[in-house]
Amino acid sequence: MVLALVALTTRFGGADMYRTLFPRDLFAELDRLQREMQQAFEFSPSIRGLGRGGYPALNVGGTPQTVEIYAFAPGLDPGAIEVGLDRGVLTIAGERKAKLPAEREKATVHINERFAGRFRRVVSLPDDIDPDAVSADYRDGVLHVSIKRRESATPRRISVE
Amino acid sequence: MSETSAASKNTDARRNEAVLLPPVDVIEDPSGITLYADMPGVPKDKLELEVEGDTLTIGGTVALTVPQGMEASHAEVSLPGYRRVFTLSKELDADKVSAEFNHGVLRLHIPRAEHAKPRRIAVQVD
Repeated sequence: MVLALVALTTRFGGADMYRTLFPRDLFAELDRLQREMQQAFEFSPSIRGLGRGGYPALNVGGTPQTVEIYAFAPGLDPGAIEVGLDRGVLTIAGERKAKLPAEREKATVHINERFAGRFRRVVSLPDDIDPDAVSADYRDGVLHVSIKRRESATPRRISVE
Repeated sequence: MSETSAASKNTDARRNEAVLLPPVDVIEDPSGITLYADMPGVPKDKLELEVEGDTLTIGGTVALTVPQGMEASHAEVSLPGYRRVFTLSKELDADKVSAEFNHGVLRLHIPRAEHAKPRRIAVQVD
């Protein structure tokens, strides 16, 4: 829809036509359209705009004892996923190979939306994590990293005498 | 194979709930169509594949092991499942669909019906 509107303005070109066709500010209208489309298609877009297209998508959560990171990274070789923790920054990196056919093969690619290539995502962690108590597993295409918080950091009730 | 909007075809309430649209690759070669779809977090038993007439529906429900009392602080995957609907064309043999599901990637192969397979026609020159 947005593309069609842009094509229309370039075709009519002249400033007079532009005013009669689009009495309001065109760019503001386009902006509004784009926002509306985004609202319509994405249930709740992320503030960082990574709701779609970012690979892997990340969910981060925590309990009083742990920090939990879920990376939605389907189709990887579990042995080749690089998970690193350095000075409170967790890095998830790796590569996903394309399954598309080589060009000379007699095949047509109709839709190509899946991510292929190297990826790297970084999460900065809270200060109270214990870098020696990290566990990671890969199941159903989701990498789950669980990091324990330091004992001393878990909230305690201090009795008043 | 073309895509149809799920909402226009199905009035079923279950299908109107908000779901994620899984990214797909669709490749066609002389043997048929191969579809790859990313549906991370869906275990094998929660995968849903359905061929009804000329409509193919792929979907699934996300099941993560989440520790008790976890509070999410940042979520890019915030919906509980995936669904996407495709319309198959006549020359595809929907009865012979084969599927694999590995590490959250679905691979579907829909063979071309025998009568629609490309044939080479010999040209005779006198």
